[in-house]
Amino acid sequence: MGEFKVHRVRFFDYMPSAIRAMAFNSHTERLALVRADGALEIFNFADHYFQEKVIPGQDGRAVEALCWVGQRLFSAGLNGEITEYDLENLRPRYTVEAYGGPIWTIGSNKQGTLLMVGCEDGTVKMFEILKERIQFQRNLERQKGRIVSLSWHPSGTLIAAGMMDMIRIFNAETGHATHRMLVERGVGASKSREVVVWSVAFLSDYTIISGDSAGKVQIWDGLTGTLVRTHLVTKWDVLCLSVSQDESSLIAGTSEGTVVQFQFISSTVDQQEEEWVRTRTFKNHSHDVRALAHTETAVVSGGMDTQLVVRPLLDKVEKNTQESAMRKIALPHRSLVCCAKKAGLLLFQFPDHLEVWRVGESDGHGKPGDSLPVKRKPEKLIQLKGKGGDHIYSSALSPCGEWLAYSTVSSVRLYRLQYNNISITKVSKLPKDLCLGHQLCFSSDSTKLFASSRHSSVIVVALNQLECKYLHTLKPKSGSRQPVHLLCTSEDGKWLATANTDCEIHVYDLHKRKLHCTVPIYSSCPTAIAIHPTTSHLVVVHADQQIFEYSLVQKEYTEWSRKLQKQGLHSLWLERDTPVTHVTFSLKNPAHIILHDMFMFCIIDQSLPLPESKTLLYNQMTLRSLPEQERIRHSHAFKICKNFKHVMCVSLLEDHSLVVAAEPVLHYLSEVSKRAQTTLSQFAGQYIHVMGL
Amino acid sequence: MVEHGDIRVVHRGGSKINFRKPVITNDSRFLLCASGESVKVFSTSTEECIHDLRGHTDLVTGVLIKPSNHLQAFSCSADGTVRLWDFTDGILIKVRLLPSIVVCPVLSVSVSSQSLFQLVAVHLPQSGDQLVEARELSAVLTGISSNPAATVFGRGGEYIASANGLQLEVYFFKKQKAYRFSLKEDNKKGGKNTFTCVACHPNDDCIATGHEDGKIRLWRNFNHKKEYTYSTLHWHHSAVSSLSFTPEGTNLLSGGIESVLVQWRYNQENQRDFLPRLGAAITHIAVSPDGALYCTSHSDNKITIIQSCVKVSAVIQGLVKGESVGTDLMIDPRSKSLVLNGKPGHLQFYSLQRDKLLYNLDIVQQEYIHESGLQQFEVVKAAFDASGNWLATVEERKQKGAELELNLKLWAFDEQTQSFVLNTTISAPHEAQITGMCFSHATDSQTTMLVSTSKDGHFKAWQLAAQSQTDGKQPSVCPCPSWSCDFVGAYHGLVPECCSFSADGSLLAVSFQEVVTVWSPASWELLTTLSQPPKAIRNLCFGRLSCSKYLLGTTDSNLLCCWNLLTCSLEWSTSMDVSLLLADPLSENMAAFCCQAGCTDLFVFKPSEPRPLFSQKAVCSGMVTRAVFAPREEMLESCEESSQWLNRSQLYFLTQYMDLMTFTTKTEEERLMASSKQLVIDDSVAMTPFYLLLGKHRQQQQGGDDPQSGVSAERTPLPQGSVAIKELLQTPAHVLPSTSFLCSMFVQSLLISVTDSSKHAEEEMESEKEEEDSEEEIESSRTRPEQQAAVGGGEAAESAAPAMTKAQVRELRRVKKLDHSWLAGLLDS
Repeated sequence: MGEFKVHRVRFFDYMPSAIRAMAFNSHTERLALVRADGALEIFNFADHYFQEKVIPGQDGRAVEALCWVGQRLFSAGLNGEITEYDLENLRPRYTVEAYGGPIWTIGSNKQGTLLMVGCEDGTVKMFEILKERIQFQRNLERQKGRIVSLSWHPSGTLIAAGMMDMIRIFNAETGHATHRMLVERGVGASKSREVVVWSVAFLSDYTIISGDSAGKVQIWDGLTGTLVRTHLVTKWDVLCLSVSQDESSLIAGTSEGTVVQFQFISSTVDQQEEEWVRTRTFKNHSHDVRALAHTETAVVSGGMDTQLVVRPLLDKVEKNTQESAMRKIALPHRSLVCCAKKAGLLLFQFPDHLEVWRVGESDGHGKPGDSLPVKRKPEKLIQLKGKGGDHIYSSALSPCGEWLAYSTVSSVRLYRLQYNNISITKVSKLPKDLCLGHQLCFSSDSTKLFASSRHSSVIVVALNQLECKYLHTLKPKSGSRQPVHLLCTSEDGKWLATANTDCEIHVYDLHKRKLHCTVPIYSSCPTAIAIHPTTSHLVVVHADQQIFEYSLVQKEYTEWSRKLQKQGLHSLWLERDTPVTHVTFSLKNPAHIILHDMFMFCIIDQSLPLPESKTLLYNQMTLRSLPEQERIRHSHAFKICKNFKHVMCVSLLEDHSLVVAAEPVLHYLSEVSKRAQTTLSQFAGQYIHVMGL
Repeated sequence: MVEHGDIRVVHRGGSKINFRKPVITNDSRFLLCASGESVKVFSTSTEECIHDLRGHTDLVTGVLIKPSNHLQAFSCSADGTVRLWDFTDGILIKVRLLPSIVVCPVLSVSVSSQSLFQLVAVHLPQSGDQLVEARELSAVLTGISSNPAATVFGRGGEYIASANGLQLEVYFFKKQKAYRFSLKEDNKKGGKNTFTCVACHPNDDCIATGHEDGKIRLWRNFNHKKEYTYSTLHWHHSAVSSLSFTPEGTNLLSGGIESVLVQWRYNQENQRDFLPRLGAAITHIAVSPDGALYCTSHSDNKITIIQSCVKVSAVIQGLVKGESVGTDLMIDPRSKSLVLNGKPGHLQFYSLQRDKLLYNLDIVQQEYIHESGLQQFEVVKAAFDASGNWLATVEERKQKGAELELNLKLWAFDEQTQSFVLNTTISAPHEAQITGMCFSHATDSQTTMLVSTSKDGHFKAWQLAAQSQTDGKQPSVCPCPSWSCDFVGAYHGLVPECCSFSADGSLLAVSFQEVVTVWSPASWELLTTLSQPPKAIRNLCFGRLSCSKYLLGTTDSNLLCCWNLLTCSLEWSTSMDVSLLLADPLSENMAAFCCQAGCTDLFVFKPSEPRPLFSQKAVCSGMVTRAVFAPREEMLESCEESSQWLNRSQLYFLTQYMDLMTFTTKTEEERLMASSKQLVIDDSVAMTPFYLLLGKHRQQQQGGDDPQSGVSAERTPLPQGSVAIKELLQTPAHVLPSTSFLCSMFVQSLLISVTDSSKHAEEEMESEKEEEDSEEEIESSRTRPEQQAAVGGGEAAESAAPAMTKAQVRELRRVKKLDHSWLAGLLDS
């Protein structure tokens, strides 16, 4: 595949944030997940667990609970507000103050008409869900002590509330508490500390299941208010519970990082009487499991160690299929690194700031595998802190390196950079239309800025030394309301391609300023798109790992793409579980497509034959050991390099050297544990310090 | 094995009692366990062996209480029979022949020879005969594990669970459907998932399985192909060897190599109780049907009985067998017990006659640390002198990179404590390992002498010498003599290997590689050297009694040589690969174990006669390196030529699998069987207080008899001492008054009577009335059809029953009035 000078960039110390809460919508098969920094992520479980949407968080905004009501998503947090998200425009739609102090939990009834929140002051507040907003309805009988967890009986008549040292059952109609069930405290030193009922679940057979800070999972009879069974699961806290749709299985997440499964099974074969029996234990986390979701086939868990783990239940899925493989989602499914090819600059996007680095230089030559002496060390040129507490959604650096743009939920900012004596100036006057930018992108000659806006439209802004001027808005014909999540331009400045979460890919002709064509819609969401600089072929990689090549001139799939579809991709390629997040092309060899996912980067040589299903896919090591003639016979189009872990970006610079931003795993993990320790200690003090909120 | 018709190789004494899971009877009073070719019945409270159920002709492979009659037990054996026993009395009730070998007591597992195991259901034909052949076999499962712990019945026998390798199979009898669940070979963390044992919950459908990596899995919902589920418990760090639920299903017991019994609460598995320090790895766990007792078998041939409050209440110890026996097998001349390595650092004294461990003698006197890889002191050599007054032991410790540590200890027998007391410790007696050690055999000589040979090229003679009391002004507190070195001998710098004293102690033969040197212990003069075609001498042995002029030796070059010490020349030699040469101390006979083609052959010969007395091919597989002649308590009188050598002593040997085997003759076996059959008839008397008293009485009587009278001696007539007893025993059962009535009379007859009839005179009138009533009862009962009384000899004695005298009748009446509750209390205890 030729030789490259590789800049191995290890100074992008991006740290994902801890997972705080999640909610699974079984109708749309979407998992909503919220992180400690307030960022919301939506995963599409029907489409290879692809991270479809991200809504960045805000400083000092701690979301405690999430709740789906139909297609609508609500969250509540310790700032005492209830927020509904606008999933089309990727921003909070509105927030409602609950006036009950910090909110610990949120829940809705099965009918989707009412929303309830549990507050610090001991009230359970009911909100009516209207079409466009929510409206306060009433309070349930006020209790002493905060309401930590809530669960609504499926019939809607009873509500179970987990509190300090007890569980209360409310009659939803009258609002009065009907039962008060005392939860035993832990033994020994923790006897003096009150026990927190972190989670409750109300089942349709009037069984209440609770998980508490003394490490117990308890099963109560909700009608009589009596304790049926106690399962001591851990020495520490049981933080979350989740019940399967058919109420035959229950999972509990603990602060030891384990997830314990309970199953509702009959003790003998022919007996009908069933009971909850502790069965499996999953240990996939190193720290607290803060959020759980029980889908029909899998246990989804997340916590302090920032990873989202999808652990299929082997009795529910076919064995040895792609579905039965465990998945760990550690890094976002989008590119956080932008590379200015001409200037040799890298832009790293963090939640609350941006960094611009110049890659190091070296003039040495060497054999493959050698490490070259660094003549000039990589240096951090600029660190730009986001303004106003809003976190950064998207950012872009122009290829010449002179322009930098980033967008937050509320605004787009553009900066002009100078490097001789490093300075940064904000372009103060931006066109009014440029207020929303889900994706930002500069044209290759750095004269235009593209920003995707509402309803999949793209705003084009012209840039020059003096001013920046709104040119026009490109709109698709389909009328899709989904946001654009991928944006790319061609090298010659003629084409602009957009992809949205409806799986549509539109290509615009920038010269004619109108829609050129729409690529036939494929069922899986595109994860990376790029336009070839010379042939103007659009390469699309989808979440199900399929690769398509579409000729923009002919408006049809290319010959190579058809051949690839006909022969099918190698099974090992399809089994990879992280999506391709970036596609780029080699300037030297037009037949090369360079793409990468989290664990590898791959150069697809279109001139070589495609791999047969029986051939070795990962064959670079074996090829190296073969003589020249053999090597040619055995080589195939997919040249895969797995030397790196946690690859964040692979990009080709002008001088034909490769920039690989990757983190060594060890570094990554130690960082997690270090950070988790500090957060743990913060968490331990949480009860006290949130009082002041 | 049946070359010599009447001589067989058998397991007798010192066999494994931990081979299979023991069984506790329903009333928790007895423990049944397979032991060699017999089933032993132990008392759970006294640890005594009560019965030895003999009858099987091969290893017993399983014991099980009969579910429909809890006083009977089945046993199965590798000889292809299942036997039904009445274990309280030790009677064989039925024998059933099975076409193939049975190894498992669960139901019956038959084995085909190609190491493929099949679980078969055996229909036991109902028939009155003692020997029944069961023909109806139906295969239930094929390809099961050979380990019986891996197959078990589920709740009420509704299903059977069997694990083999990585697969668990559950077969439901009603639906006739089998479900198979398999595990991956090992997970990423290196756990090994191989099944080791299975247990089923008695009430719930829950199967507990133990695994190689120490995990216990609790399987539920296993009547589904896919929706089965299991939870995992993990405490053991290595393989779980046994699992058992308590009868109510509230607890699960598990054990393994950690020697810790773990009691898990069912459904609250994080609550556990431990019983640590059980001494050795747990191999089996059994629970009594009432849940009051647990018992664990251990790898050191021990059964521990544990109360359900997790407290050890009794230990039944068999012959301890380690990986190897460093010391030879020896016979303690005093107790006639077998002596060999036992617990680490100990010598065990095991009575072969009573099949019981007598005691352990702590040789090393250091704490043994249970950890692999540690080098600790081990007893490597031991020797008794002829009278049993002295015991010499050698212990050594070889640490990596350190010098060898050696201790020679001499122990004197203390009459008062009846055990050995350390007399002398000689540290570093030699500079290198001790290869041989023997005492001078002469019983009449004044001084006792010990000779040790070592790899350092010397042999040393040690002698008991009175301690010189010159050093202290006061006489030393203990004036007992101690041992010191008398002579150091060497021969051309060669390494001495074996040493042997002649029978009278006048000659000492020491082999230096290929040279045998003969020394006079009196003057320490080298008398002669005998040499042979070059190869090292392996064994050296003097002849006994009439053959004491011969010295026999075996060499590495497969030669057995016999030298005549009078002529100092080779008398004869023969080519055979002798692994062990042994002289019977009570006769001229010598035994040679020859290893040939993976099997061991035995030759018994007299040095003076060219023809062997006895030879048997293929005694066992592998090489025999340890054997001993154990003197019999009573001589056998076998006239057959081939078995005469067994008359005075019995030959025991250890196979390579550490099984203690011996030779038995047909007559001996018959005698044993006869005595047990005799018991059968006598013991068919129910287990009543009478029986207890009577049995004792008879034993006393027998004690006075000539022990040589053998079989007929046991048929002595019943005690005729008291008229009342005669009355009791000779009257047919159906005409006897009620037992409570008789009992008091009987007891009274045993007491020394003090006549105080006047005291009860006024009561006589009333009792007379009652007496008439009971008379009527007796009358009516006579009309019933007569039944055979089970009392031995009762039939013959009936006619001789004398009428009661008036006085006796009166006494009977009076006795009846007395309060006898104290007696009941006495009997109960």
